[in-house]
Amino acid sequence: MMEVCNCIEPQWPADELLMKYQYISDFFIAVAYFSIPLELIYFVKKSAVFPYRWVLVQFGAFIVLCGATHLINLWTFTTHSRTVALVMTTAKVLTAVVSCATALMLVHIIPDLLSVKTRELFLKNKAAELDREMGLIRTQEETGRHVRMLTHEIRSTLDRHTILKTTLVELGRTLALEECALWMPTRTGLELQLSYTLRQQHPVEYTVPIQLPVINQVFGTSRAVKISPNSPVARLRPVSGKYLLGEVVAVRVPLLHLSNFQINDWPELSTKRYALMVLMLPSDSARQWHVHELELVEVVADQVAVALSHAAILEESMRARDLLMEQNVALDIARREAETAIRARNDFLAVMNHEMRTPMHAIIALSSLLQETELTPEQRLMVETVLKSSSLLATLMNDVLDLSRLEDGSLQLELGTFNLHTLFREVLNLIKPIAVVKKLPITLNLAPDLPEFVVGDEKRLMQIILNIVGNAVKFSKQGSISVTALVTKSDNRAPPDFFVVPTGSHFYLRVKVKDLGAGINPQDIPKLFTKFAQTQSLATRSSGGSGLGLAISKRFVNLMEGNIWIESEGVGKGCTAIFDVKLGISNESKQSGIPKVPANPQHVNFAGLKVLVMDENGVSRMVTKGLLVHLGCEVTTVSSSEECLRVVSHEHRVVFMDVCTPGVENYQIALRIHEKFTKRHQRPLLVALTGNTDKSTKERCMSFGLDGVLLKPVSLDNMRNVLSDLLEHRVLYEAM
Amino acid sequence: MELVQMQKSLQDYTKSLFLDGVLDSQFLQLQQLQDESNPDFVSQVVTLFFQDSDRILNDLSLSLDQQVVDFKKVDPHVHQLKGSSSSIGAQRVKNACVVFRSFCEQQNVEGCHRCLQQVKKEYYLVKNRLETLFKLEQQIVASGGMIPAMELGF
Repeated sequence: MMEVCNCIEPQWPADELLMKYQYISDFFIAVAYFSIPLELIYFVKKSAVFPYRWVLVQFGAFIVLCGATHLINLWTFTTHSRTVALVMTTAKVLTAVVSCATALMLVHIIPDLLSVKTRELFLKNKAAELDREMGLIRTQEETGRHVRMLTHEIRSTLDRHTILKTTLVELGRTLALEECALWMPTRTGLELQLSYTLRQQHPVEYTVPIQLPVINQVFGTSRAVKISPNSPVARLRPVSGKYLLGEVVAVRVPLLHLSNFQINDWPELSTKRYALMVLMLPSDSARQWHVHELELVEVVADQVAVALSHAAILEESMRARDLLMEQNVALDIARREAETAIRARNDFLAVMNHEMRTPMHAIIALSSLLQETELTPEQRLMVETVLKSSSLLATLMNDVLDLSRLEDGSLQLELGTFNLHTLFREVLNLIKPIAVVKKLPITLNLAPDLPEFVVGDEKRLMQIILNIVGNAVKFSKQGSISVTALVTKSDNRAPPDFFVVPTGSHFYLRVKVKDLGAGINPQDIPKLFTKFAQTQSLATRSSGGSGLGLAISKRFVNLMEGNIWIESEGVGKGCTAIFDVKLGISNESKQSGIPKVPANPQHVNFAGLKVLVMDENGVSRMVTKGLLVHLGCEVTTVSSSEECLRVVSHEHRVVFMDVCTPGVENYQIALRIHEKFTKRHQRPLLVALTGNTDKSTKERCMSFGLDGVLLKPVSLDNMRNVLSDLLEHRVLYEAM
Repeated sequence: MELVQMQKSLQDYTKSLFLDGVLDSQFLQLQQLQDESNPDFVSQVVTLFFQDSDRILNDLSLSLDQQVVDFKKVDPHVHQLKGSSSSIGAQRVKNACVVFRSFCEQQNVEGCHRCLQQVKKEYYLVKNRLETLFKLEQQIVASGGMIPAMELGF
């Protein structure tokens, strides 16, 4: 503050220079004092936040007043009136008041302002920290995205190599790794082999034993483990004098098998097979493994494990499928070979059969003839032996052929109608001679309700009965043999697993052959029906036979949807052979095998059959019409081709056209009719009536599309036959 | 005449026609076609034959009397006659026509003339005989009898 000078200064004394300086200074001070608040106001107005407005006002007032004081001071340098002095005094007083107030105020305000400053600093720090954290989160989120993408890549393929390669590539990219490697356990499980690397294209076939402590450490936990860059699994790159090797992390990748997918086992893997994934940060980067990066690596390792197992499953199934296909192909070939073999065998058998039978027949026939001639007893014996042996051989061949055909199911019954009663009598007649010789009476009982005419395979049924009865005779030394045939009803005894159900036109024939001969041990009964089995010892094998008889009979019986079995109470107590077969009941007597004679043509009715007759000759037209009318047809006649074409419609079944008149035009009409009726079933049948029926005429007719040719004049019978044949077969070229 | 007598003479007469070769089995066919629904079939056909043949023979005479014989016109006529006659079983007429046709092919006018005469002769013969036959039949029918069916016993 300038000292206020209260003295009344006279005039400008000698210190005029000093006065002048004071005057100027005061002036500038005033100006400054006035401009400061202005500036303050201006800048405060500019800034949005300033909490102490009223302080400003106060301060402003203080400054303005000070300035005013100094301004007024300017007038006090010279003589000034009392008004000026008064104003000066007022100003000074006010100024004093305001300044004191301001001073008091500042005491409160300044600490506040200072604290604002500290808060501001604090907030700034906080903001910086948050920024940093956000940066971190963003990085993590990005890493998470990478993981998802990686997983997606990994899981998008089912090829093992692609999976692993992709893993390494993506990991390398995401984490900006220098090197990434995968070690897989070898087949023996004792070593780890370097299978995949990121940077090196052809990794050296490089193995480390699996029992290294560092490896055990990694395999022992599911977390990613930091390992030393100098451990054998991490020493992949050529040591090129890098100052500081980047940090290395290793994680285990479980290799799962199909058998591991038990629900209960899932969390703890019961497998002990792991692969090792080694990840190396770039050297000289002073980068460190962050927690989130480690987590990423662990997640990836798990995903890879799952993806690998899927790939393994797929491989398995593909392999299984390929195997199946191979097997199928092989089976197919085998089947074809088998079929070929069977065919070849059948052909062979058929041929051999024929080849063998021919000389056989010759031998048998000639021997029989020889028997009829004059022979010495010696010769007779010899011839008889020859005959017997060859008969036996013939039977043997038949049996073998039949059986082999029965075996592969290629035998089919030849059904026909025959007289059942006669069959039995025939069998008996065949057996009687032998039975008489052996003094075994045979009786035949046919049930009264046994049908006479039946449908079935006569030859084979006879074979069966012959075989059974023959066996009875063969194996009996004494006693009688009875043959009973009856229609079996459901209350008769039958083996428990066989139910007889007679159907409408069929019935079951039961034949029982009982003998009081050698009998059979009940234990041997099942063996009887097997091929080539005989229960007699060699000594009693005088009766011959190949032992096929029963087996063949059984097969035939089965083919006839029946059953055969033998009951015996033991050796020496005789036995009963029983069989059931299904036969059809025949309605007609004997003749059903013969094809029907075609019905008498007189009964064929052509009633209402619409025909068209085209003939230029009136007389013959009339005659033809008369013929057809007599047969019952509805006849329309026309006398020219044009008229014929006009009149012919799809209602006419037959068109008779006279083609005698010389010229080819007659045949043209046939073509025109063909054109008119494109659909075959609508077109009427075309028959030419002609005077000559040599080959050329016939050929001509055929070439013009005619369905038949008739020789004029046509007789009634001829016409009738022709019409019926024509209508049946739609073509007739034999009516000559 | 008695009915039976008439029937017998009809039969004999018919037989003679066959034996002479004037008619052949085709005529029998025609007779077979005659039944209750078609009682006058034979006479209708024969009448038509007569009409047709008269006309044809007329035309043939005209054609052959020309200065220059147009065989292309003659042949179809003969063919027609042949067809008609064979349809009713006029055997001799048919045969004559066959010969006629062969002369036509040879373009032998002289031969054709001769044939025409032959055909005419045969035609009038069969016409005569058939007319007699019909008269006999009518007599029988008028007397209330049935026309006996022919048996081909020869």
